[in-house]
Amino acid sequence: MKTYAVAVGRALTLGVMALADVVMVALMLIGVVLAFGLGLVFLFPPLAQAMRCRTGQVRRLNAEWLGIGIPAPYLPEPLPVRPQPDGWYRHDRQLYKTGRWPDWNNRWQWLVGDTATWRDGLWLFLSPLAGVFLLLPLALAGCAVLAAGSQDSSAWPMALGGAAVVALAATPYLLRGYAWWNLLLLSPTAESVLSGQVQRLDQARLATVDSQASELRRIERDLHDGAQARLVAIGMTLGAVEELMDKDPAAAKALLAKSREASSTALVELRDLVKGIHPPVLAERGLGDAVRALAMDSSLKVAVTVELDTRPDSPVESAAYFSISELLTNAARHGGAERVWIDISGHGHALRVVVTDDGSGGADPARGSGLRGIERRLAAFDGVLAVNSPQGGPTTVTFDLPYALAEKYPAVKPPLPRGKMIIVGLGWGLGWLPLFPQGMVAAIMKIIDIEHRSWFLALYLPGPLQWPLIVFNIMLGLSMYAAAMLVPLQHARRIRLAEVAPARLWLGR
Amino acid sequence: MVGAVSPRVVIAEDLYLLRDGLVHLLQAHDFEVVAAVESGPELLRALLDLRPDVAVVDVRLPPTFTDEGLQAALTARRAVPGLPVLVLSQHVEQLYARELLADGSGAIGYLLKDRVFNAEQFVDAVRRVAAGGTAMDPEVIAKLLASTARHEPLGALTPREREVLELMAEGRSNAAISQRLFLSESAVGKHTAGIFTKLDLAPSDDDNRRVLAVLTYLNAARG
Repeated sequence: MKTYAVAVGRALTLGVMALADVVMVALMLIGVVLAFGLGLVFLFPPLAQAMRCRTGQVRRLNAEWLGIGIPAPYLPEPLPVRPQPDGWYRHDRQLYKTGRWPDWNNRWQWLVGDTATWRDGLWLFLSPLAGVFLLLPLALAGCAVLAAGSQDSSAWPMALGGAAVVALAATPYLLRGYAWWNLLLLSPTAESVLSGQVQRLDQARLATVDSQASELRRIERDLHDGAQARLVAIGMTLGAVEELMDKDPAAAKALLAKSREASSTALVELRDLVKGIHPPVLAERGLGDAVRALAMDSSLKVAVTVELDTRPDSPVESAAYFSISELLTNAARHGGAERVWIDISGHGHALRVVVTDDGSGGADPARGSGLRGIERRLAAFDGVLAVNSPQGGPTTVTFDLPYALAEKYPAVKPPLPRGKMIIVGLGWGLGWLPLFPQGMVAAIMKIIDIEHRSWFLALYLPGPLQWPLIVFNIMLGLSMYAAAMLVPLQHARRIRLAEVAPARLWLGR
Repeated sequence: MVGAVSPRVVIAEDLYLLRDGLVHLLQAHDFEVVAAVESGPELLRALLDLRPDVAVVDVRLPPTFTDEGLQAALTARRAVPGLPVLVLSQHVEQLYARELLADGSGAIGYLLKDRVFNAEQFVDAVRRVAAGGTAMDPEVIAKLLASTARHEPLGALTPREREVLELMAEGRSNAAISQRLFLSESAVGKHTAGIFTKLDLAPSDDDNRRVLAVLTYLNAARG
């Protein structure tokens, strides 16, 4: 009873809100005409934003009240333009003195170019109609009440009760229908999911290339200032030794000792450098032992648990290793921790690492550049970083690398659902029946006008209906075959989309 | 063990130049090089068939170029407990040091490849391992001490005692330590006794047992 009361209340609220959209529709229509017809383009962005506010609210209510969450489908907002080195701002082939116009242009393109804007518009346009449907049962009940009040007949209370009960019973289903309707128009399309993914990958690639490049520069600098310089020094010293050998053996010997020392130092530097590029233990033993070695070298008390039965690919391993290393450093330096627990485990295709410390907490990815760096490092592998660090600790940092182990465990493709299986079976099994005997053969029979009607159903009908039924049969047969062919294709396509789309939607971030 | 007969040694190293250098170096110091191999499986066979007095082994060897040499050494030592092995590596890890020391039978060395530069000390280390002693790289000990630095009893050591502890952990005898630190042997003995009391360890004169005690202590200290 209570659920019905809640449903009626929600239907009433949503219905009234949807009806009120009439005002917004009118404003939008005027706005669009002014913006595109008269060139008052500045009207469009605020209107589109207002529309997004409204659809955002519906998406939220859809999740809270109707149980079907709808992610926001919008493309990511453009970043503010940065000035060129000469101080000018550029948009396409135009230069501007301030960033205002390029920013505005980008916003305009972002709003107009996004399919989601126009789908929002369509939803808004049809929203009052949906409101009418939502309020229909209530309106019926209301009418019944009014009628009961005005006409004093003995039959009316019955009808009133019946209408009210029917309205009440129908409301949850109406709400469900409304939720699906919202999902249909307000959810991201496969295309927008993909384009969001592409955009995100693009950013991740940029960040990766960027950090790789700066890493290479660092290595180059280290080699140039370190080992290379020392080798030059050794070479020069050896040259001097060559000259001194006969004249002053003692001095030559001293120089040789010096160059041996220099070569030792060069080796130490090279070793440190190699450790920063790809730690040897990681190459030799894999992630688990490398992290154990890291833990041993740390001044903190570190407990490491590893549950991995395969080795992830080497780049993923390396990203995970350096992330953990950075987290350990953070725990010691900023968190003032004494104990750290590191847990590495495989969850299906995902590699999950949980690092907990007993430090003072308060780590914030928005401020700490270390956490940002880890996020960037992981982003190249679709990794997700979650930080839970209340003031006073403890700090728990979790990161998932969703496809780290994918190659080791090939994906299990979900089979065709039973309903679709039946469609495919019926299509291939019985498609011939309407197409050939009842369709084409019947048509030939009709054309050559054979008296014998045999079991051609169409020929039993009155004359004018025979041809339509024959055509219908042919169409039915064809569409059965088409369905049998297309349903598995569609299924495969959906699986592929689900594979490429990230576990978490990155749109509108 | 080391006496009139020159010790038989097996060398495993994949870089030709370094292998050749090691062969010459050890031959010059009166070792008999019975085999110089370049891969993990060859090394294991040589260790088990030839039973050398000491083996000098590179951690990273073909065919996998991971820790092939270390694994071969550990396997051989499981089959022949106490087989003296000196492991060389471009980098030292506490993890590997612990694995090598884990069986507690001594005759283990673990050094950076750079230590080969100092022929005298290197040959000394090989001899020590061949005689059943221990030779740990100062870097391993430094890492171990660095990561246990905050631990209480270690903080109570005097700087001199710390130096002695480091050398002791490397596997050096009292005589060697006294030479190194320019102390009299009895002074070193006093320091070691002090260390053992402060760390609450059972004193021992046997170098090898001493190393193990100290390393076990340091390992335990980090919890």
